[in-house]
Amino acid sequence: MIIPVTSKPRTSKANKTGTWRSGKKPHFIQKECIACRLCVMVCPEGCISGDKRCTYIADYKYCKGCGNCVAVCPVADIEMVKEEWWRETIS
Amino acid sequence: MRQYREGSHAVAEIVRLCKAQVISAYPITPQTHIVESLAQMVADGELNAEFINVESEHSAASVVQGASATGVRTYTATTSQGLLYMIEVLYSIAGLRLPVVLTCANRAVSSPINIWNDHQDSVTVRDAGWLQFYAENNQEACDLHLMAYRLAEDHEIMLPVMVCMDGYILTHAYEVVDLPEQSQVDKFLPDFKPVHCLNPDKPISMGVLMGPESYTETRYAIHQTMMDALNVIPGIADEFEQVFGRKVNCLIEKYRLEDATQVFVAMGSMVGTIKEMVDGLREDGQKVGLLKVIAHRPFPKKIVYEALKNAREIAVLEKAISLGEEGPLLSDVKSAFCGYGNQPKISGFVLGLGGRDITKKSIFEVQGALAGSQVDVKFIDLKI
Ligand code: SF4
Ligand code: SF4
Repeated sequence: MIIPVTSKPRTSKANKTGTWRSGKKPHFIQKECIACRLCVMVCPEGCISGDKRCTYIADYKYCKGCGNCVAVCPVADIEMVKEEWWRETIS
Repeated sequence: MRQYREGSHAVAEIVRLCKAQVISAYPITPQTHIVESLAQMVADGELNAEFINVESEHSAASVVQGASATGVRTYTATTSQGLLYMIEVLYSIAGLRLPVVLTCANRAVSSPINIWNDHQDSVTVRDAGWLQFYAENNQEACDLHLMAYRLAEDHEIMLPVMVCMDGYILTHAYEVVDLPEQSQVDKFLPDFKPVHCLNPDKPISMGVLMGPESYTETRYAIHQTMMDALNVIPGIADEFEQVFGRKVNCLIEKYRLEDATQVFVAMGSMVGTIKEMVDGLREDGQKVGLLKVIAHRPFPKKIVYEALKNAREIAVLEKAISLGEEGPLLSDVKSAFCGYGNQPKISGFVLGLGGRDITKKSIFEVQGALAGSQVDVKFIDLKI
């Protein structure tokens, strides 16, 4: 009997790591952003998207609240905020 | 063809005949002769394989894990500390259902450092999800390697196999072995066809995260496969006999058990000594017999019970101990009787540790201790 421990490409999308957050999430202020894309690069979930200045945003279905983006932003345009009720942010 | 060969070289020859495609190992006594001769074969162009030198056993196991995942036949060998250093990867290989074959040239475990033979290394990793076979002599070691590849790659099984042969006593002993022709091996062992493999044209991920919702099932599947293997093995052993004209036992071997009331149970090379002892005692009219356990995992519990149920006194002799409890094989044999009435005395004896010779006198001491009440752990030939 074999239960495969393999997965096809893109199946990690099914794994909603947003449930891993424990009370805090990054808030993209979108005021000082210089579109350096550092936050995109350091996000372990690859869940930050954006294009021009002040358009960057995280997908909270996958954002696990590690805070890397906050730490790396050169203009402090991302801050960690307390979640109202963390579960509703992943629905 | 019958040849007078060192055990290590005979095993290397079998691995060559099995056409292993990726070999990786780190030298460690008393295993080194096996991979040394394989490296020579690759260098001389006698074996078309990648021989990957690494800086540790952990890396050797990782190399064969990765190679096996790409769908090629792999081989590694180690012993003692090297095997223990591999442990993390051993579990992973089994979990990924990769049919790696490994030779463990059994050796004692440090400390104190000791390069001689006992079974503590491989017995310690019996729960890793590898099928484990113990050879009595070099012919059996060769035959078990052929069976190992065939079983590991069988789509009903797809689990790694460890063939255990006693360090020095077998690896360094010259014996006559019947080595098969390439055509016979090719007939018995077809090309490896993986169930899943890493291929850039059809990408998959292997070794993914599986949480509480699915991990249990992966362990269940390995356990169930081990149990199924007990039924698959006899059929493949029959095929072995048809192709090579020689019987191969993979689970147990019964030796003069018919009417035996006193039975020795053991694994590996000490079985040879016990067989001679049994013959001698039989000449004296004593009803003694021997049960050789070849498959430690999966443990053929029912078959062991059937073979031993008429015995009155059973002596389990082993070169390993679960310190603070008893010999692991003793626990297994006892558990085979659990739940049945009229249980015989099942006594455990630990001997031959760190290369101490097991002589007929040692076996005689075991037999002498059987007359008394059941013993859990008795060290034989103890000098204290
Ligand atoms: S907190 Fe971590 S996971 Fe969430 S968006 Fe920032 S970097 Fe990505
Ligand atoms: S790191 Fe800060 S400045 Fe750079 S793109 Fe992200 S939000 Fe904008």
